[in-house]
Amino acid sequence: MTLKYVDEFRDGTLARTILAKLKKQCAGRAPMRFMEICGTHTVSIFRSGLRPLLPSTVELISGPGCPVCVTASEDIDKAIWFASQPDTIVATFGDLLRVPGSRTSLAQERAQGADVRMVYSAMDAVALAEENPDKEVVFIGIGFETTAPTVAAAVTMANRQGIQNFSVFSAHKVLPPAMEALLSSGDLRLDGFLCPGHVTTVIGAKAYEDVASRYRMPCVVAGFEPLDILHGLWMLVEQRLSGEARVDVQYRRGVTWEGNTAAQRLMAQVFRPANAVWRGLGPIARSGLAFRDEWARFDATQRFSVPTLSVREDPACRCGDVLRGVLAPLQCPLFRKVCTPQNPKGPCMVSSEGTCGAYFKYAYDGPDLDLEEKY
Amino acid sequence: MKETQVLLDHGSGGRATHELVTRFFAPLLSNPFLDAMNDSAVMDFLGDRLAFTTDSYVVDPVIFPGGNIGSLAVHGTVNDLAMSGARPMVLTAGFILEEGLDLSLLETIVRSMAEAAREAGVTVVAGDTKVVPKGKGDKIFITTAGVGIVPPGVSLGGQNARPGDAVLINGTIGDHGTAILCSREGLSMEGVIQSDSAPLHTLVAAILTACAHVHVLRDPTRGGVATTLNEIASQSRVGIRLFEEALPIREDVAGACEILGLDPLYMANEGKVLVVLPQEEAGKALDAMRRHPLGRHAALIGEVMADHPGRVTLRTRIGGHRIVDMLRGEPLPRIC
Ligand code: SF4
Repeated sequence: MTLKYVDEFRDGTLARTILAKLKKQCAGRAPMRFMEICGTHTVSIFRSGLRPLLPSTVELISGPGCPVCVTASEDIDKAIWFASQPDTIVATFGDLLRVPGSRTSLAQERAQGADVRMVYSAMDAVALAEENPDKEVVFIGIGFETTAPTVAAAVTMANRQGIQNFSVFSAHKVLPPAMEALLSSGDLRLDGFLCPGHVTTVIGAKAYEDVASRYRMPCVVAGFEPLDILHGLWMLVEQRLSGEARVDVQYRRGVTWEGNTAAQRLMAQVFRPANAVWRGLGPIARSGLAFRDEWARFDATQRFSVPTLSVREDPACRCGDVLRGVLAPLQCPLFRKVCTPQNPKGPCMVSSEGTCGAYFKYAYDGPDLDLEEKY
Repeated sequence: MKETQVLLDHGSGGRATHELVTRFFAPLLSNPFLDAMNDSAVMDFLGDRLAFTTDSYVVDPVIFPGGNIGSLAVHGTVNDLAMSGARPMVLTAGFILEEGLDLSLLETIVRSMAEAAREAGVTVVAGDTKVVPKGKGDKIFITTAGVGIVPPGVSLGGQNARPGDAVLINGTIGDHGTAILCSREGLSMEGVIQSDSAPLHTLVAAILTACAHVHVLRDPTRGGVATTLNEIASQSRVGIRLFEEALPIREDVAGACEILGLDPLYMANEGKVLVVLPQEEAGKALDAMRRHPLGRHAALIGEVMADHPGRVTLRTRIGGHRIVDMLRGEPLPRIC
């Protein structure tokens, strides 16, 4: 099957053909559970109304692939602390603004007078630093392997231009260690991973080889259009039914085995692997990115002396369980009652890629579609 | 975290704005005209029915591809009047200028206001100017109010949608919001996305002449088509279903939104009208719109249903269904 243009990937007739194939393949088989790791997949699945169209034996579970959602409360508190420093501008992606930390959010701090700017890229933050030479500009670096190279590029550019007042708070994360952590935690029964197209264009399909072979877990890298996802699911079902476990690439128009080596080099030039704390998953070895020593002057945590912050988590928020795929948003007692996009209790509700937000925003609760399905 | 202060969100035109209005303005200033929650108030006056409306404009940047804050301030108010079927007559304009504003910029803006008013056949009959110290405003804010006359027999309102009605739009969705965003963020796509800012009263007149039973006209400005349809669905206590494949969206707008992770359904429009009317009249309305220069890409995009009152849903290309909620959360600050 070759698909060329975006419109083809949204083609209704083709979708129905694949769905029929999928149904035939699954008929009489044991139920299968696949995790889409990536928040962009989650949102695309909800936006296209795909879930209720799948055979009842194919279950989709959302994973920890939303960079805002997996950011630890402590890191949000740190971002807020930076914003409270005198003569400091905090630059961040829009999604992060409304995520509640222990006490407040960046949006609330901004309403109180903190200088918090929404930017679309780290380069915008460098430009801010250039325009405001008498201020410190701290960019809150959140994101996976797709974002980290662009932040690295911004840092090297700031360096070349001799910009003195720019730094990054690196809360970046890398995905494969989190997948392994999920599998080794043992409370999640899975039949395969739908791996993210964009991240994989950078890290290459080879990044999942360990997961596939060591945990005997089928992995398929899929694009983000509804048909990409359907096609990817079909490939996962095929692998599972034939008893295999390898890395397949559905998203051939974007992904190679080796990935984007230039981006990998750039990332490795500025950052080194470091332990990181994930919301819901806890500390995971080598799953974050810290500044290399040569670039320490761009590291906000070294540039400022950040005190130890006392972190308070809302005990009722179940984001951690949602991120591990063991709880559906509808099972969180706060969902829709107390926790809404307007008044979010956790990042999964705020982020544009968050699972709770996707359920809230897109899930159709018509009589023909049963959303109360349990994980 | 119950809000105790105004957040930027409250100006989004989406859910937060809605909550601000229902929490403070609606109860404290309540009266039958305001309670109707339409784009303009229609009142009897010496044998005529007057439509009366006001709106403020705080767009950044003040000059954007396809217009500027001056023409926008005229079009926006003319359109609010047109949505009640009125023929716009007169406007007033209030200016809040920030100390330091370039006078040549002011001239450009007022010139295009004058031109827009001439084109729309309205007269600016009163005005006001205030200057605030540097930093207490952002270049220029304009507030316009307008009065128009509603022809006899015309009765439109957000509460009139009925199950079985068709939902039409006169052209592509999300152009204005995307144009503003792209020019503000310096994102230049191939070619420049133009705002659709335009006065809609002649198009509206054409629709009303062709169709005797129009139920609702609404211009989907801030909050976009999604939010406006949600308002209609809740005012009329009906469900509205959109058809994804029928939504007219320019390719460059779709592309820009894709890159920015936005949905054209939530992007502001300044030259679009949503028309809700009985299915039987849909063909006539589409013909009338397509004959007008502002309606060449008119399309039937959805239907009104009895089930799921208050809710807008979308039938996706692949045959799934999903909710289309009001705009929520941090929007694109100040796009119109
Ligand atoms: S519904 Fe709210 S509180 Fe519950 S898991 Fe989701 S984001 Fe957290």
